[in-house]
Amino acid sequence: MSSNDSLILGGRAFSSRFILGSGKYSVDLIHSAIEHAGAQIITLAVRRANTNTAENILTHIPEGITLLPNTSGARNAEEAVRIARLARELGCGDFVKIEVIRDTKYLLPDNAETVKATEILAKEGFIVMPYMFPDLNTARDLVNAGAATIMPLGAPIGSNKGLCTRDFIQILIDEIDLPIIVDAGIGRPSQACEAMEMGVAAIMANTAIATARDIPAMASAFKKAIEAGRIAYLSGLGRVLDKGADASSPLTGFLSN
Amino acid sequence: MITLNGRSVDDADGLSLADVLARENYVICTIAVACNKDVIPRAKYNCTRLQDGDVIDVVQMMAGG
Repeated sequence: MSSNDSLILGGRAFSSRFILGSGKYSVDLIHSAIEHAGAQIITLAVRRANTNTAENILTHIPEGITLLPNTSGARNAEEAVRIARLARELGCGDFVKIEVIRDTKYLLPDNAETVKATEILAKEGFIVMPYMFPDLNTARDLVNAGAATIMPLGAPIGSNKGLCTRDFIQILIDEIDLPIIVDAGIGRPSQACEAMEMGVAAIMANTAIATARDIPAMASAFKKAIEAGRIAYLSGLGRVLDKGADASSPLTGFLSN
Repeated sequence: MITLNGRSVDDADGLSLADVLARENYVICTIAVACNKDVIPRAKYNCTRLQDGDVIDVVQMMAGG
């Protein structure tokens, strides 16, 4: 097993495989959550600015953390592209998580518009991380469009339901030659661990942390689960018997007979 | 009249974008601006003259997932 097991995104190496969201909890907890998560990437949103508001979320994020602005609020590729450009102008760098969502009930991503936005932004030098419904054909289109990773949902955003799309994510892991990062739906550390055991490259989680009773502690729990899952994947999971049993102790030398 | 973050703003025609942002008390180092959907680089706020009907979006980073 390699001791230099880095997540490579856009030519940059990350030792952490936990991308932390910053939404739905106090900005005063962001620093602690990042530290407990061991996260090196944190997501942010772009929204209309309030006048006279001195609060700047960037002051709560430690030096050296990579900012990953999302394009939440975009309903089509054009809006996603505009949000990404604004984020870059805000000094967030070149990373961007594409979210194009027309469906307001289930918040499911629009895969076709996501591909369009990815193609435009990749040509402009962005490191594009598209959030998508796990579909192999779309994933292949995203690869061709210049995506740096593929980010399939595990379950609807904010649902904490876990790996509802497990089998389809496995197809992406098996067929796509880019890091697969599960984004959305992961609700428990055990679910994050399971995804990592499957061969997912990283986990993005927000609501699971934000809705926990102890946010820093849950961030820490996710960190450990993700690391455990990664080590398990690299170790090669033990085989599963379809039927019967296989004793772990010798079947000879019993005390009786 | 221009539209600023969805709100009608009078007496902005002919002013620079920098003037209007200052008048509205925005903290320049924390915002980005689009004028009629085009992103305006910060260095061009002074030389960008607003016209009647312009639609200005002023954004900042927020917490999000």
